[in-house]
Amino acid sequence: MARYDSLLDACGGTPLVGLPRLSPVVPPGAPPVRLWAKLEDRNPTGSVKDRAALFMVRAAEESGGLRPGDTILEPTSGNTGISLAMVAKLRGYRLVCVMPENVSTERVQLLRMYGAEIIFSPAAGGSNQAVATAKQIAAEHPDWVMLFQYGNEANARAHYETTGPELLRDLPSITHFVAGLGTTGTLMGTGRYLREKVDTIDIVAAEPRYGELVYGLRNIDEGYVPELYDATVLTRRFSVGTRDAVLRTRQLVEVEGLFVGFSTGAVLHAALAMAHEAVKAGRRADVAFVVADGGWKYLSTGAYGGTLADAEEALEGQLWA
Amino acid sequence: MAIEVRIPTILRSYTGGAKVVEGSGDTLSDLLSDLDARHSGLRGRLVTEEGGLHRFVNVYVNDEDVRFLGALDTKLSDGDTVTILPAVAGGAFGFAAAAAMLGNPL
Repeated sequence: MARYDSLLDACGGTPLVGLPRLSPVVPPGAPPVRLWAKLEDRNPTGSVKDRAALFMVRAAEESGGLRPGDTILEPTSGNTGISLAMVAKLRGYRLVCVMPENVSTERVQLLRMYGAEIIFSPAAGGSNQAVATAKQIAAEHPDWVMLFQYGNEANARAHYETTGPELLRDLPSITHFVAGLGTTGTLMGTGRYLREKVDTIDIVAAEPRYGELVYGLRNIDEGYVPELYDATVLTRRFSVGTRDAVLRTRQLVEVEGLFVGFSTGAVLHAALAMAHEAVKAGRRADVAFVVADGGWKYLSTGAYGGTLADAEEALEGQLWA
Repeated sequence: MAIEVRIPTILRSYTGGAKVVEGSGDTLSDLLSDLDARHSGLRGRLVTEEGGLHRFVNVYVNDEDVRFLGALDTKLSDGDTVTILPAVAGGAFGFAAAAAMLGNPL
Protein backbone atom coordinates (compact mmCIF):
# COMPACT_ATOMS: atom_id res chain seq x y z
CA MET A 1 0.00 0.00 0.00
CA ALA A 2 1.37 3.42 -0.89
CA ARG A 3 -1.53 5.77 0.01
CA TYR A 4 -2.20 6.90 3.59
CA ASP A 5 -4.76 9.18 5.24
CA SER A 6 -2.10 11.06 7.24
CA LEU A 7 1.60 11.04 7.99
CA LEU A 8 1.02 9.08 11.21
CA ASP A 9 -0.62 6.32 9.18
CA ALA A 10 2.55 6.12 7.08
CA CYS A 11 4.60 5.04 10.13
CA GLY A 12 6.19 1.59 9.73
CA GLY A 13 5.79 -0.70 6.73
CA THR A 14 9.41 -0.01 5.86
CA PRO A 15 11.29 -1.82 3.06
CA LEU A 16 13.56 -4.79 3.71
CA VAL A 17 16.37 -4.72 1.18
CA GLY A 18 18.96 -7.35 0.36
CA LEU A 19 22.67 -6.51 0.46
CA PRO A 20 24.12 -8.83 -2.20
CA ARG A 21 27.50 -7.08 -2.34
CA LEU A 22 28.10 -7.07 1.42
CA SER A 23 26.80 -10.59 2.00
CA PRO A 24 29.73 -13.01 2.34
CA VAL A 25 30.64 -15.26 -0.54
CA VAL A 26 30.00 -18.93 0.26
CA PRO A 27 31.95 -21.86 -1.24
CA PRO A 28 30.36 -23.58 -4.26
CA GLY A 29 27.52 -25.84 -3.17
CA ALA A 30 27.29 -24.31 0.31
CA PRO A 31 23.96 -22.92 1.54
CA PRO A 32 23.42 -19.16 0.98
CA VAL A 33 24.22 -16.57 3.66
CA ARG A 34 22.40 -13.30 3.06
CA LEU A 35 22.21 -9.92 4.76
CA TRP A 36 19.01 -7.85 4.78
CA ALA A 37 18.57 -4.23 5.91
CA LYS A 38 15.28 -3.02 7.43
CA LEU A 39 15.17 0.63 6.38
CA GLU A 40 13.72 2.39 9.42
CA ASP A 41 15.04 5.71 8.14
CA ARG A 42 12.03 5.55 5.79
CA ASN A 43 9.70 6.44 8.67
CA PRO A 44 8.02 9.90 8.81
CA THR A 45 10.79 11.71 10.72
CA GLY A 46 13.58 9.47 9.47
CA SER A 47 14.15 7.07 12.34
CA VAL A 48 12.93 3.88 14.00
CA LYS A 49 11.79 5.99 16.98
CA ASP A 50 8.63 7.05 15.13
CA ARG A 51 7.14 3.65 15.89
CA ALA A 52 7.77 3.92 19.63
CA ALA A 53 6.71 7.57 19.85
CA LEU A 54 3.40 6.87 18.12
CA PHE A 55 2.65 3.82 20.29
CA MET A 56 3.63 5.57 23.54
CA VAL A 57 1.42 8.58 22.78
CA ARG A 58 -1.51 6.38 21.74
CA ALA A 59 -1.15 4.26 24.89
CA ALA A 60 -1.12 7.38 27.07
CA GLU A 61 -4.21 8.69 25.27
CA GLU A 62 -6.03 5.40 25.76
CA SER A 63 -5.17 5.21 29.46
CA GLY A 64 -6.30 8.81 29.99
CA GLY A 65 -2.83 9.93 31.00
CA LEU A 66 -2.65 12.31 28.06
CA ARG A 67 -5.54 14.64 27.22
CA PRO A 68 -5.89 17.17 24.38
CA GLY A 69 -3.70 20.21 24.94
CA ASP A 70 -1.45 18.48 27.50
CA THR A 71 2.29 19.10 27.67
CA ILE A 72 4.81 16.29 27.21
CA LEU A 73 8.21 16.80 28.88
CA GLU A 74 11.09 14.80 27.41
CA PRO A 75 14.74 15.13 28.43
CA THR A 76 16.25 14.13 25.09
CA SER A 77 18.14 15.59 22.18
CA GLY A 78 17.96 12.43 20.11
CA ASN A 79 15.65 10.71 17.65
CA THR A 80 12.95 10.11 20.24
CA GLY A 81 12.60 13.85 20.75
CA ILE A 82 12.23 14.43 17.02
CA SER A 83 9.66 11.64 16.68
CA LEU A 84 7.70 12.86 19.69
CA ALA A 85 7.74 16.41 18.35
CA MET A 86 6.12 15.28 15.11
CA VAL A 87 3.55 13.06 16.84
CA ALA A 88 2.77 15.76 19.43
CA LYS A 89 2.23 18.32 16.68
CA LEU A 90 -0.19 16.11 14.76
CA ARG A 91 -2.06 14.88 17.86
CA GLY A 92 -2.38 18.30 19.49
CA TYR A 93 0.14 18.29 22.35
CA ARG A 94 2.88 20.63 23.40
CA LEU A 95 6.36 19.12 23.66
CA VAL A 96 9.09 20.52 25.86
CA CYS A 97 12.59 19.03 25.46
CA VAL A 98 15.36 19.58 27.98
CA MET A 99 18.89 19.23 26.66
CA PRO A 100 22.42 20.51 27.26
CA GLU A 101 23.15 23.69 25.30
CA ASN A 102 26.07 22.07 23.47
CA VAL A 103 24.08 19.55 21.39
CA SER A 104 24.47 19.77 17.61
CA THR A 105 22.67 22.57 15.79
CA GLU A 106 20.95 20.06 13.48
CA ARG A 107 19.12 18.59 16.46
CA VAL A 108 18.01 21.94 17.77
CA GLN A 109 16.85 23.12 14.34
CA LEU A 110 14.95 19.90 13.68
CA LEU A 111 13.18 19.96 17.03
CA ARG A 112 12.20 23.61 16.68
CA MET A 113 11.02 23.04 13.12
CA TYR A 114 8.71 20.28 14.34
CA GLY A 115 7.36 22.69 16.95
CA ALA A 116 9.08 21.50 20.12
CA GLU A 117 10.07 24.00 22.78
CA ILE A 118 13.59 23.63 24.09
CA ILE A 119 14.90 24.37 27.54
CA PHE A 120 18.68 24.45 27.62
CA SER A 121 20.76 23.53 30.60
CA PRO A 122 24.34 24.80 30.98
CA ALA A 123 26.84 22.84 28.88
CA ALA A 124 29.34 22.83 31.71
CA GLY A 125 27.03 20.68 33.81
CA GLY A 126 26.65 18.09 31.02
CA SER A 127 23.96 15.44 31.27
CA ASN A 128 23.81 15.67 35.03
CA GLN A 129 22.87 19.33 34.83
CA ALA A 130 20.27 18.66 32.11
CA VAL A 131 18.74 16.01 34.30
CA ALA A 132 18.73 18.28 37.32
CA THR A 133 17.00 20.93 35.19
CA ALA A 134 14.44 18.41 33.91
CA LYS A 135 13.72 17.24 37.46
CA GLN A 136 13.23 20.80 38.60
CA ILE A 137 10.86 21.54 35.71
CA ALA A 138 8.92 18.34 36.36
CA ALA A 139 8.53 19.31 40.01
CA GLU A 140 7.24 22.75 39.03
CA HIS A 141 4.78 21.26 36.52
CA PRO A 142 3.31 18.09 38.00
CA ASP A 143 0.66 18.04 35.24
CA TRP A 144 3.24 17.60 32.48
CA VAL A 145 3.54 14.06 31.14
CA MET A 146 6.80 12.10 30.86
CA LEU A 147 6.49 9.04 28.64
CA PHE A 148 9.72 7.46 29.92
CA GLN A 149 10.71 5.35 26.92
CA TYR A 150 13.12 3.16 28.95
CA GLY A 151 10.31 1.65 30.97
CA ASN A 152 7.29 2.24 28.73
CA GLU A 153 5.91 -1.12 27.58
CA ALA A 154 4.31 0.60 24.56
CA ASN A 155 7.84 1.21 23.24
CA ALA A 156 8.54 -2.55 23.00
CA ARG A 157 4.93 -3.30 21.99
CA ALA A 158 5.31 -1.04 18.93
CA HIS A 159 7.92 -3.50 17.65
CA TYR A 160 6.05 -6.61 18.80
CA GLU A 161 3.00 -5.50 16.84
CA THR A 162 4.64 -3.95 13.77
CA THR A 163 8.40 -4.46 13.19
CA GLY A 164 8.33 -8.17 14.09
CA PRO A 165 5.35 -9.13 11.88
CA GLU A 166 6.73 -7.07 8.97
CA LEU A 167 10.06 -8.91 9.14
CA LEU A 168 8.49 -12.35 9.28
CA ARG A 169 6.12 -11.50 6.41
CA ASP A 170 8.98 -10.27 4.22
CA LEU A 171 11.58 -12.85 5.26
CA PRO A 172 9.95 -16.08 6.47
CA SER A 173 13.37 -17.79 6.27
CA ILE A 174 14.92 -15.35 8.80
CA THR A 175 17.62 -16.93 11.01
CA HIS A 176 19.07 -13.87 12.80
CA PHE A 177 17.69 -10.51 13.90
CA VAL A 178 20.29 -7.86 14.79
CA ALA A 179 19.55 -4.39 16.19
CA GLY A 180 21.05 -1.69 18.35
CA LEU A 181 20.59 -1.73 22.11
CA GLY A 182 19.56 1.55 23.73
CA THR A 183 16.16 1.64 25.40
CA THR A 184 16.09 -2.04 24.32
CA GLY A 185 12.55 -1.53 22.91
CA THR A 186 13.36 -2.63 19.34
CA LEU A 187 15.13 -5.82 20.42
CA MET A 188 12.63 -6.75 23.15
CA GLY A 189 9.52 -6.25 21.03
CA THR A 190 10.77 -7.60 17.70
CA GLY A 191 12.79 -10.31 19.44
CA ARG A 192 9.83 -11.64 21.44
CA TYR A 193 7.60 -11.75 18.39
CA LEU A 194 10.13 -13.50 16.18
CA ARG A 195 11.09 -16.02 18.85
CA GLU A 196 7.44 -17.02 19.26
CA LYS A 197 7.23 -17.73 15.52
CA VAL A 198 10.73 -19.04 14.73
CA ASP A 199 12.04 -20.92 17.74
CA THR A 200 15.58 -21.34 16.39
CA ILE A 201 16.11 -17.65 15.65
CA ASP A 202 19.11 -15.78 17.05
CA ILE A 203 18.30 -12.35 18.53
CA VAL A 204 21.53 -10.34 18.57
CA ALA A 205 22.19 -6.99 20.26
CA ALA A 206 24.85 -4.51 19.13
CA GLU A 207 25.68 -1.93 21.75
CA PRO A 208 27.68 1.18 20.85
CA ARG A 209 30.87 1.50 22.90
CA TYR A 210 31.44 5.21 23.30
CA GLY A 211 34.50 7.19 24.21
CA GLU A 212 35.54 7.26 27.83
CA LEU A 213 33.91 10.58 28.61
CA VAL A 214 30.50 9.02 28.22
CA TYR A 215 31.27 6.39 30.86
CA GLY A 216 32.68 8.86 33.33
CA LEU A 217 30.26 7.94 36.06
CA ARG A 218 31.36 8.41 39.59
CA ASN A 219 30.44 4.97 40.77
CA ILE A 220 29.47 1.56 39.39
CA ASP A 221 26.32 1.70 41.52
CA GLU A 222 25.13 4.65 39.43
CA GLY A 223 24.77 2.46 36.34
CA TYR A 224 21.43 1.87 34.74
CA VAL A 225 19.68 -1.02 33.00
CA PRO A 226 16.38 -0.06 31.32
CA GLU A 227 13.26 -1.55 32.88
CA LEU A 228 12.28 -2.92 29.46
CA TYR A 229 15.43 -5.07 29.25
CA ASP A 230 14.96 -8.82 29.55
CA ALA A 231 18.19 -10.69 28.83
CA THR A 232 16.31 -13.94 28.08
CA VAL A 233 15.04 -12.45 24.80
CA LEU A 234 18.61 -12.16 23.49
CA THR A 235 20.91 -14.87 22.22
CA ARG A 236 24.06 -12.77 22.10
CA ARG A 237 25.17 -9.22 22.81
CA PHE A 238 28.13 -7.37 21.30
CA SER A 239 29.89 -4.15 22.22
CA VAL A 240 31.05 -2.31 19.10
CA GLY A 241 33.69 0.39 19.30
CA THR A 242 33.67 3.69 17.44
CA ARG A 243 36.25 2.64 14.87
CA ASP A 244 34.36 -0.51 13.81
CA ALA A 245 31.08 1.42 13.69
CA VAL A 246 32.57 4.13 11.46
CA LEU A 247 34.26 1.55 9.21
CA ARG A 248 30.99 -0.35 8.66
CA THR A 249 28.98 2.86 8.20
CA ARG A 250 31.32 3.88 5.37
CA GLN A 251 31.32 0.38 3.91
CA LEU A 252 27.52 0.41 3.74
CA VAL A 253 27.41 3.57 1.64
CA GLU A 254 30.46 2.64 -0.47
CA VAL A 255 29.43 -0.91 -1.27
CA GLU A 256 25.64 -0.88 -1.12
CA GLY A 257 24.75 2.80 -1.48
CA LEU A 258 23.05 2.97 1.93
CA PHE A 259 23.75 6.21 3.82
CA VAL A 260 23.15 5.51 7.51
CA GLY A 261 23.91 6.83 11.00
CA PHE A 262 26.81 5.41 13.02
CA SER A 263 24.66 3.20 15.24
CA THR A 264 23.73 1.25 12.11
CA GLY A 265 27.43 0.73 11.40
CA ALA A 266 27.72 -0.90 14.83
CA VAL A 267 24.72 -3.10 14.05
CA LEU A 268 26.15 -4.12 10.67
CA HIS A 269 29.42 -5.07 12.40
CA ALA A 270 27.56 -7.61 14.55
CA ALA A 271 25.42 -8.77 11.61
CA LEU A 272 28.53 -9.47 9.54
CA ALA A 273 30.04 -11.44 12.42
CA MET A 274 26.91 -13.62 12.45
CA ALA A 275 27.05 -14.04 8.67
CA HIS A 276 30.71 -15.08 8.72
CA GLU A 277 30.08 -17.57 11.52
CA ALA A 278 27.34 -19.14 9.41
CA VAL A 279 29.65 -19.39 6.38
CA LYS A 280 32.34 -21.05 8.51
CA ALA A 281 29.81 -23.55 9.89
CA GLY A 282 28.34 -24.21 6.44
CA ARG A 283 24.89 -23.13 7.63
CA ARG A 284 22.21 -21.25 5.72
CA ALA A 285 21.57 -17.77 7.16
CA ASP A 286 19.21 -14.89 6.50
CA VAL A 287 20.47 -12.11 8.77
CA ALA A 288 18.12 -9.12 9.05
CA PHE A 289 19.32 -5.96 10.77
CA VAL A 290 17.82 -2.58 11.61
CA VAL A 291 18.92 0.66 9.97
CA ALA A 292 17.84 2.97 12.81
CA ASP A 293 18.34 6.23 10.93
CA GLY A 294 20.08 7.91 8.00
CA GLY A 295 23.38 9.73 8.18
CA TRP A 296 22.07 13.27 7.68
CA LYS A 297 22.01 14.30 11.33
CA TYR A 298 25.63 13.23 11.81
CA LEU A 299 27.31 14.95 8.86
CA SER A 300 28.56 17.80 11.05
CA THR A 301 30.69 15.29 13.01
CA GLY A 302 32.95 15.11 9.96
CA ALA A 303 33.29 11.37 10.58
CA TYR A 304 32.15 10.34 7.09
CA GLY A 305 35.41 11.53 5.53
CA GLY A 306 39.11 11.52 6.37
CA THR A 307 40.99 8.68 8.00
CA LEU A 308 39.40 6.28 10.46
CA ALA A 309 41.62 7.68 13.19
CA ASP A 310 40.35 11.21 12.44
CA ALA A 311 36.77 9.96 12.52
CA GLU A 312 37.35 8.17 15.81
CA GLU A 313 38.75 11.35 17.31
CA ALA A 314 35.85 13.43 15.94
CA LEU A 315 33.38 11.12 17.67
CA GLU A 316 35.26 10.83 20.96
CA GLY A 317 33.01 12.01 23.74
CA GLN A 318 29.98 12.23 21.45
CA LEU A 319 26.84 10.18 21.60
CA TRP A 320 27.03 8.94 18.04
CA ALA A 321 24.11 6.53 18.31
CA MET B 1 48.98 -16.84 29.37
CA ALA B 2 48.40 -13.15 28.77
CA ILE B 3 44.96 -11.63 28.52
CA GLU B 4 44.58 -7.91 27.96
CA VAL B 5 42.04 -6.29 30.28
CA ARG B 6 40.64 -2.80 29.60
CA ILE B 7 39.72 -0.94 32.77
CA PRO B 8 37.05 1.80 32.79
CA THR B 9 37.89 5.23 34.22
CA ILE B 10 35.94 4.66 37.41
CA LEU B 11 37.92 1.55 38.33
CA ARG B 12 41.41 2.85 37.58
CA SER B 13 41.93 3.76 41.20
CA TYR B 14 42.52 0.01 41.62
CA THR B 15 45.10 -0.18 38.82
CA GLY B 16 47.21 2.83 39.69
CA GLY B 17 45.56 4.73 36.85
CA ALA B 18 46.36 2.10 34.20
CA LYS B 19 43.87 1.85 31.33
CA VAL B 20 45.01 -1.60 30.33
CA VAL B 21 46.39 -4.36 32.53
CA GLU B 22 47.36 -7.96 31.83
CA GLY B 23 46.24 -11.05 33.61
CA SER B 24 45.80 -14.78 33.21
CA GLY B 25 43.22 -17.46 33.85
CA ASP B 26 41.27 -20.24 32.14
CA THR B 27 37.96 -18.59 33.00
CA LEU B 28 36.78 -15.05 33.66
CA SER B 29 36.51 -15.87 37.36
CA ASP B 30 40.14 -17.08 37.42
CA LEU B 31 41.24 -13.94 35.59
CA LEU B 32 39.48 -11.65 38.08
CA SER B 33 41.10 -13.48 40.99
CA ASP B 34 44.49 -13.18 39.31
CA LEU B 35 43.96 -9.45 38.80
CA ASP B 36 42.79 -9.00 42.37
CA ALA B 37 46.11 -10.37 43.63
CA ARG B 38 47.85 -7.37 42.08
CA HIS B 39 45.00 -4.85 42.15
CA SER B 40 43.41 -5.51 45.49
CA GLY B 41 39.69 -4.79 45.69
CA LEU B 42 39.02 -4.89 41.93
CA ARG B 43 37.21 -8.23 41.98
CA GLY B 44 34.92 -7.00 44.73
CA ARG B 45 33.76 -4.11 42.54
CA LEU B 46 32.74 -6.51 39.75
CA VAL B 47 31.43 -9.57 41.56
CA THR B 48 28.67 -9.49 44.19
CA GLU B 49 28.81 -11.28 47.53
CA GLU B 50 26.43 -13.86 46.06
CA GLY B 51 29.10 -14.64 43.46
CA GLY B 52 27.46 -13.15 40.35
CA LEU B 53 28.47 -10.28 38.13
CA HIS B 54 27.41 -6.90 39.49
CA ARG B 55 24.15 -5.79 37.83
CA PHE B 56 25.62 -2.52 36.59
CA VAL B 57 28.84 -4.00 35.21
CA ASN B 58 29.20 -5.36 31.70
CA VAL B 59 32.17 -7.53 30.80
CA TYR B 60 33.01 -8.39 27.21
CA VAL B 61 35.43 -11.00 25.87
CA ASN B 62 36.54 -9.97 22.37
CA ASP B 63 33.57 -7.56 22.31
CA GLU B 64 30.97 -10.19 23.26
CA ASP B 65 28.96 -9.85 26.50
CA VAL B 66 30.01 -12.65 28.88
CA ARG B 67 26.47 -12.98 30.26
CA PHE B 68 25.68 -14.86 27.03
CA LEU B 69 28.89 -16.93 27.12
CA GLY B 70 28.75 -18.42 30.61
CA ALA B 71 29.22 -15.32 32.78
CA LEU B 72 32.06 -15.85 35.30
CA ASP B 73 32.63 -19.35 33.87
CA THR B 74 33.35 -17.95 30.39
CA LYS B 75 36.40 -19.71 28.97
CA LEU B 76 39.39 -17.53 28.10
CA SER B 77 42.33 -18.09 25.77
CA ASP B 78 45.71 -16.49 25.33
CA GLY B 79 45.40 -13.27 23.33
CA ASP B 80 41.79 -12.57 24.32
CA THR B 81 40.80 -9.02 25.14
CA VAL B 82 38.51 -8.44 28.10
CA THR B 83 36.68 -5.10 28.32
CA ILE B 84 34.97 -3.96 31.51
CA LEU B 85 32.33 -1.21 31.22
CA PRO B 86 29.71 0.29 33.50
CA ALA B 87 26.14 -0.29 32.27
CA VAL B 88 24.69 2.72 30.51
CA ALA B 89 21.67 2.73 28.22
CA GLY B 90 21.02 4.74 25.10
CA GLY B 91 24.00 6.97 25.65
CA ALA B 92 24.84 8.98 28.69
CA PHE B 93 22.12 11.52 28.26
CA GLY B 94 19.36 8.96 27.89
CA PHE B 95 20.79 7.06 30.79
CA ALA B 96 20.94 10.14 32.95
CA ALA B 97 17.44 11.14 31.97
CA ALA B 98 16.11 7.74 32.90
CA ALA B 99 17.95 7.80 36.19
CA ALA B 100 16.39 11.19 36.93
CA MET B 101 12.91 9.95 36.25
CA LEU B 102 13.49 7.01 38.51
CA GLY B 103 14.53 9.40 41.22
CA ASN B 104 18.09 8.10 41.43
CA PRO B 105 20.51 10.89 42.29
CA LEU B 106 23.46 11.19 39.94
